[in-house]
Amino acid sequence: MMTITDLYLISPEISLVILASLVIVLDLMTDRKSLVHSLTFLGLLAPLFACILLWGELESWWNLLSPVSGEIAGESMPGMNQSIIVDRFSLFFKFLILASVGLVILASHEYIGKFRNYVGEYFSLILLSTIGMMVLVSSVELITLYIALELSALPLVALSAFLGDSKSSEAGLKFLLLAALSSAVLLYGLVLIFGVTGTTHLELISSQIVQGSGGEGSPIFLLGVTLLIAGFGFKIATVPFQMWVPDVYEGSPTPITAFLSVASKAAGFAVIIRVFYGGLPSLALDWAVLFGILSAISMTIGNLVAISQVNIKRMLAYSTIAHAGYMMIGLATAASSTSAAEMISGPSAILFYLGGYALTNLAAFAAIIAVTNRTGDESIQGFWGIGRRAPFEAFVLAVSLISLTGIPPTVGFMAKLFIFSSAVNAGLIWLVALGLINSVISAYYYLRIVRSMYSSSSDDQVSLAAAFPTRLALAVTAVGILLIGIWPQGLMSVADKAILGFVP
Amino acid sequence: MLSATLFLPMVGALIVALFLRGSTARLVAAVVVAGDFLLSVLVFMQFDKHQSGLQMVERYTDWIPNLKIEYFLAVDGLSAPLVLLTGILGVAAVFSSWSVKERQKEYFAWLLLLQTAVMGVFLSQDFILFFIFWELELIPMYFLISIWGGGRKEYSAMKFVLFTFIGSAFMLVGILALFFSEGIGTFDMASIASMDTVDYLLPSQLLFLLFFIGFAVKLPVWPLHTWLPDAHTDAPTAVSVMLAGVLLKMGGYGLMRINVSMFPEVAQSLSLLIGVLAIINIIYGAMVTFRQTDLKRLIAFSSISHMGYVLLGFSALGGSISASSVGLTGAAMQMFTHGTITGLLFVMVGLVYDRTHTRHIPDLGGMASKMPFVGVSFVFAGLASLGLPGTSGFVSEAMIFLGAFQAYKGLTIIGVVGILITAGYILWALQRSLFGPEIVRWNELEDASLVEKIAPCLLIIFILMVGIYPSIIADVFSSGVEQILMGSF
Repeated sequence: MMTITDLYLISPEISLVILASLVIVLDLMTDRKSLVHSLTFLGLLAPLFACILLWGELESWWNLLSPVSGEIAGESMPGMNQSIIVDRFSLFFKFLILASVGLVILASHEYIGKFRNYVGEYFSLILLSTIGMMVLVSSVELITLYIALELSALPLVALSAFLGDSKSSEAGLKFLLLAALSSAVLLYGLVLIFGVTGTTHLELISSQIVQGSGGEGSPIFLLGVTLLIAGFGFKIATVPFQMWVPDVYEGSPTPITAFLSVASKAAGFAVIIRVFYGGLPSLALDWAVLFGILSAISMTIGNLVAISQVNIKRMLAYSTIAHAGYMMIGLATAASSTSAAEMISGPSAILFYLGGYALTNLAAFAAIIAVTNRTGDESIQGFWGIGRRAPFEAFVLAVSLISLTGIPPTVGFMAKLFIFSSAVNAGLIWLVALGLINSVISAYYYLRIVRSMYSSSSDDQVSLAAAFPTRLALAVTAVGILLIGIWPQGLMSVADKAILGFVP
Repeated sequence: MLSATLFLPMVGALIVALFLRGSTARLVAAVVVAGDFLLSVLVFMQFDKHQSGLQMVERYTDWIPNLKIEYFLAVDGLSAPLVLLTGILGVAAVFSSWSVKERQKEYFAWLLLLQTAVMGVFLSQDFILFFIFWELELIPMYFLISIWGGGRKEYSAMKFVLFTFIGSAFMLVGILALFFSEGIGTFDMASIASMDTVDYLLPSQLLFLLFFIGFAVKLPVWPLHTWLPDAHTDAPTAVSVMLAGVLLKMGGYGLMRINVSMFPEVAQSLSLLIGVLAIINIIYGAMVTFRQTDLKRLIAFSSISHMGYVLLGFSALGGSISASSVGLTGAAMQMFTHGTITGLLFVMVGLVYDRTHTRHIPDLGGMASKMPFVGVSFVFAGLASLGLPGTSGFVSEAMIFLGAFQAYKGLTIIGVVGILITAGYILWALQRSLFGPEIVRWNELEDASLVEKIAPCLLIIFILMVGIYPSIIADVFSSGVEQILMGSF
């Protein structure tokens, strides 16, 4: 039975559904595509507002529903028959996803000229995928989780094939096949876990295991857990489930690549933290080791292969694989954490990392969109000397690459510092050492691009300056990278708060 | 006061980058470094060497409370003279860049930012803040070498960054392992050093080694030195001045501030190894210097040899407390004097190169009569570099030998031989590049202009001042060294 409270809890998602429909309708009625673009961007204020309302509810700033259905108390608000939950953790990710979508839509401004006839479809598909991610970060029940995951992935498949050329179509097909495969793997894992515990609710699964009602140590259950890691590994693009990443990143429209690399990855990490910390904390010894190994492989392979790339989107694809590796260090800390304070430091560092990484990657992709749209050249060579022709875009790209390397005073440095310190605290010094060596490797290919942008020997002097919406996205992200890099405490305490809610 | 000294160049860099262009940028940069020089002199004068502990403390504990990272600046006897040195060389760097014409605005902005980064390393008392400034210096250096350099500039810039980055990776592991060791839980360097028995997360020898590698790359210690000749040769003059003058000193400073004061027992037990590395640095560096035909490369290798003396000073830890005190003070003095002397040498090479467009020694010669000022200053720098009494180079080397001799006689004697080789290559290089028969090609050369004379004069003043009255610096250093040695014997 759906109550008013339930509607309130999913109001961000509902408003997104309405927005997506409105965008399609408006697209049918008008030829002015910039109107559709503006509607999509401004329409995001509705879910944002809803999220703020819910956050205020958690902080007890207000109690909007108290006249109807009594107060909603406590740290979290479950709803829809306990299948979703609204807590600070999910809201943190909803804000992160909404911000990323907003920036992606801003940066799409110049790109939509490439498919003028399908602007409405383009934006509404992005919004639909966003809905999937928003539900995903809230879900605490396996079936809801699976449906949300599919909802977030399928629109992305269509979007990655959106350009219609051979590369883009190949990207779409590859994405579709591998997404289907990974869903199947994930589903199989979910089924095994359900088979052993007899429930699909994470909380009940957790208590079942704690009670030791049999089966939790059984090979079948562990196989289920392993399959879960494989399924989610696809989502966050970790080695060895990364095969689709380079081709899809290269072939997709660049804003979609940005969206994939940021929002999709954030949602993936959210669901991993939710399932493993919320549902399987007592098995931490088993899965944390697995994540530690995946992390080591991901960092190393991602960085090593990135060195030899000539296409900048492909290079960033491998770089995101490497960054997924750094983030998984935070998951690996769960194995040896003894106190509650140690337990939260890992996931909290992941949240901070995701926030910083989102800013950094969106800045990089926005700059790449701005530049490649005018030069039409996605090779790294094409960035030679753009420091002269597009000083602002080059500056932001330089800042973001420095942040990806992890050099102060950028957010990338602070993110690495936090994640490494949580790992040292958990005794994972070998993993930190490996992570740092990988940072050194990454400096080589990131800084090479920075350098080539500022070499003066460019014969073409035509200005490449981007239009206002793109520049706005660039400015916002660059300021964010530097500001949080110098004063990280704000984001850090929010991340801590978000984790405190549900990690035991 | 310290914050002003630290951030004045950065503010200057922002102003230059955002609002100015061309020669105005140059002028503003000059004003900013002059102001920073005055501030650093003021810091040095205000420092009271009779008072132990940190002085002029500026501390804001709520910067990143989650990880207990603080904004914590202070000076002690060890850092105060190095702050002064940074102020001096900042001026020398800007004035020796007067002839840079390419993309002036960016150039001076990066140079000023570099100054803030180096200043920050010497002023920070919080470990992470120290590390942030340590890393911050990479970006300006990378741009300065790879854009305004010469030769294989991109290769050299990348090599510099990767070497330093590897070193700092080791260092960061050490810092974090130290912080999470039972009973530490703070990034305050002074209070970590004052803790007696700590149950470290890693064996203390390993921790020592992690930090040692980080700083050895910077100093540089053989066999981690290979980036230095490349970076020096391909860097623009001002960057060579900063690199040799203060960036190398960050390594020696780190060794003293962290390795010696936090792990005194390990440092003592490894003093023989340090001494051997020192001798390799001294002799190997000097031998290789002999073979160089490029003036800049020659000075770069001589720096490696000279930094060996710093290490030799550290080996005095194997002796008594008084020997250690003399040796460490000598090592610190050597950092200061090498900063001014080698800074001067690079400035002079820059002036010669500006005029002749070559640094190839066999092509040069007979120029002293055409450029009396350049000739005299160059000779003066060379003599100071080989440790002529009356210049600061003599004082520091004498102190190092005094200290080290009490610990390792044999090593010190070999080290003294290094001085002979130094005298050989310096005099030979001077003779070949400045004197000898006049070459027609160089008849049109002009002597240094007024602006170009500023940097050499400033450096000569300090070299003479410290040479004639060493205690002005040495007493301050030794008060800092006493602090470090207290409780370790």
